[in-house]
Amino acid sequence: MSRDYILHKVRTAVGRSAGQPPDPPPEPRLRVPELSTEQRIEMFRARLESLAGRVAVVGAPSEAREYVAAMAAGKRAVASNAPFLTACGITSIPEVRSGFREPKALLDACTAADVGITSADYALADTGTLVMLSSQEEARAVSLLPPVHVAVIRRESLLTGLDELFSLVPEPDTLSSSMVLITGPSRTADIEQILVRGVHGPGEIHVVIV
Amino acid sequence: MSGRVSLFVTCIVDQLFPRVGLAMAEVLEWLGYRVDFPEAQTCCGQPAFNSGYRAEARAVARHFLEVFEGAEYVVVPSGSCTSMITHHFADLFRKDPAWLERARRMETRVWEFSKFVLEVARREDVGARLDAVATYHDSCHALRELGVKEGPRRLLSRVRGLTLREMNRAEECCGFGGTFSVKFPEVSGGMAETKIDAILETGADLVVSIDSSCLMQIQGVLSRAGSPVRTMHLAEVLASR
Amino acid sequence: MLTGSYPRFTETLADPSLQLAIYTATGRLMDKRRATVMPEALPDYQELRNQAHLLKKHTLENLDYYLEQFQAALQARGGKVVYCKEGSEVVEFLAGLARERRAEVIVKSKSMTTEEIHFNERLAEFGVEPVETDLGEYIIQLTHQRPYHIVAPALHMTRYDVARVFQERLGVENETEPEKQTRIARRMLREKFLAADIGVSGANFLVAGSGAVVLVENEGNARMATTLPKVHVAVAGIEKMIPRAQDLAVFLKLLGRSGTGQPLTVYTSFLTGPRREGEVDGPEEFYVVLLDNGRTRLLADREKRESLFCIRCGACLNHCPVYRKIGGHSYPTTYSGPIGAILTPQYLGAKHSPWLPFASSLCGACAEVCPVKIDIPKILLDLRSEAVKAKRKDGENRVEAWSFKIWAWIMRHPRWYEAAGLAARAVLGSEDEGWLRRVPLWLRVGPLKEWLSRRDLPPPPERSFRQLWRSRLPAREE
Repeated sequence: MSRDYILHKVRTAVGRSAGQPPDPPPEPRLRVPELSTEQRIEMFRARLESLAGRVAVVGAPSEAREYVAAMAAGKRAVASNAPFLTACGITSIPEVRSGFREPKALLDACTAADVGITSADYALADTGTLVMLSSQEEARAVSLLPPVHVAVIRRESLLTGLDELFSLVPEPDTLSSSMVLITGPSRTADIEQILVRGVHGPGEIHVVIV
Repeated sequence: MSGRVSLFVTCIVDQLFPRVGLAMAEVLEWLGYRVDFPEAQTCCGQPAFNSGYRAEARAVARHFLEVFEGAEYVVVPSGSCTSMITHHFADLFRKDPAWLERARRMETRVWEFSKFVLEVARREDVGARLDAVATYHDSCHALRELGVKEGPRRLLSRVRGLTLREMNRAEECCGFGGTFSVKFPEVSGGMAETKIDAILETGADLVVSIDSSCLMQIQGVLSRAGSPVRTMHLAEVLASR
Repeated sequence: MLTGSYPRFTETLADPSLQLAIYTATGRLMDKRRATVMPEALPDYQELRNQAHLLKKHTLENLDYYLEQFQAALQARGGKVVYCKEGSEVVEFLAGLARERRAEVIVKSKSMTTEEIHFNERLAEFGVEPVETDLGEYIIQLTHQRPYHIVAPALHMTRYDVARVFQERLGVENETEPEKQTRIARRMLREKFLAADIGVSGANFLVAGSGAVVLVENEGNARMATTLPKVHVAVAGIEKMIPRAQDLAVFLKLLGRSGTGQPLTVYTSFLTGPRREGEVDGPEEFYVVLLDNGRTRLLADREKRESLFCIRCGACLNHCPVYRKIGGHSYPTTYSGPIGAILTPQYLGAKHSPWLPFASSLCGACAEVCPVKIDIPKILLDLRSEAVKAKRKDGENRVEAWSFKIWAWIMRHPRWYEAAGLAARAVLGSEDEGWLRRVPLWLRVGPLKEWLSRRDLPPPPERSFRQLWRSRLPAREE
């Protein structure tokens, strides 16, 4: 069997035997800086805007609703099942369809949609990143298929960066089959090194921080 | 300061650029050192090592270690030869503990010329004078294996009458690479041309480096192109009065 | 002769627009990297490199443990691990899977590992060819070419080349605007994503403790290929393993910056197994193919084992003055640039392309920028020594071998060395002529000929240094 063959070759190559415990690994290296919420918001905004993302910082959920309503006006929009979106009143916007629990229906809606609206589990300030775990509340297709992605997040979900993320979530596999880090709009420079946005993923990304 | 310094001029300086060796000796004497030249010296073994001939390189390396056994300081007008001794002799004698030991003891005593002036003699101004507009080329081995970058520039900045202009891509390889230059002459030549473009952009009339092999490559291409730009080894610049 | 059979690369070197394309693309990537790793941007850069090197070293030294841990973790989440000794097994597995699932459309995201095993061509023989979805890979798939660069597969093509390819292969109008060309690809590929039965990806990292596949990209095609089809298969070399999710805090910071100057690429996916209870979308089946294909052999070589640390960022290519002249297609296999120069001889043997380890000036720029601190020049030197030994065994290369034997003898006998120097200088002529454009006809051979083909030779001095030293008046003793 290939498995036994390969494991045997590996062991011979490095001089180990089956069942032998590993050497102790280097300690994980995680350095979490001290940053206030305000600082995190500003950093996040600067980062994401430098990638042509749009960031709106609002004081109340109703303002978030306004922002999203303006984006969705006259268009077809799909929202994920995130409770925060409902709490902000986003699911009550007329153009917005949500509540999908079945993959085919979700996919059809997302394929036809102009705007995909989600929340996010975390955001990373130093890179302008959204962290999204797949769940019954957040389907993967909503932030992927429509050409515009709007994420509405709580300011408390802003982390300083990867180090803080992996400090809080050392084992993402315990939470979901999929964790995606989204840093700005989809892009490529494959043709003559010229930057083009919106290749397969959304070409436009908006983050509303409540 | 006083002390004894042994010159390892390198085979390329000995045979093709002897003035570089003399210049280096002059500067060292000016700094107050007694300079000797162990006559039995030849080569550090790098050409064979780089071409994959380890046994031959080892034989020549042993000769080097014997010749310079009693030296206090060995000063070398070349980054690549210095790093051959200080970084690669250990590779050569990996499997021979006795010679490995001798090689290790030699490592701390062998100095690339500009490093010796700055870190052992601790001088930046050696009384040099040269009216020229110069640009400095970072030789790869010196830069990446010996950490030689700011040092020669500081030394050059103290040369009276010398204007130093930074070229773009100063850290890019000139394309010599030992036998690489004759095994892949088109690529080597192409790399040299890129370097020449950067040199000409500065408007300098002089290119300086701490390695004669780089200078041989650069001057060779400049000369072929009919350019009046000259090259000088750092030692020659510092010996100029 | 000393030069032996070394390739000339004249075609690439003589093509000014190609030279410009390679130079500017790599130059841009170099600049972008520098902006994100310089001390002001990333003060920890050197520390992170050290940690990454140590983590890779540790993982490979204990790889059997981590492979088993990975398998257990993934299986616990409903995924399956398939070990493959070589490329044919991977292809057979996919062919079998495609048959069982009656798959008609297979989409694929960028994977150098699948290029390595010629996955697309071989799977096509079984009746189903996967569609490349990374824009650059999509373009070169249409032209049946090899990728030009690890990160920029279509670096060598202009927009006019792309327009022609799309027109000929996709039947669309001749469109030369990159933005519009991208829209065409988006449209074409979206159809494929939606129809795909199986999505094949590579893996930038495998996380042992989590049983996870980590995918790093900018376009979103990997997300599409691993979210929409019912089946996801990730193909990864066994050396992609890292111990823990937390170690990604080190590796992700290095990968994006080193490769493209991005602190993070647009999408980073951390995938563990098929869709779970309650999750609305995602694949129903999840396989990870763990490929050997010679890696265990490299693993066994202690001195060169670190060749397997590579995280495929492409930084070494961008900084290599040789790659920047000869380009990706001058290298014999999938892996080009400095990393290619050390991997190819190790995977395929010293005799495959014996010139490859010698096609370097050993400038060390690659080692300086490698995020996992692979000492590429040292490994090149080891490979050169092995190449020479292999040739000696076969009785090849006699002239060069004898030349170095004689050279070594002369260098151990100072008086002979001096005599040889005198003779050489006498034969070559005198200093007064300045730098030499040519030498006597009978000397225009071997290394001298090659040197003179591109540059002048230094005028041989009348006296060597040692001669001058002997006749020199010593400085006044103190």
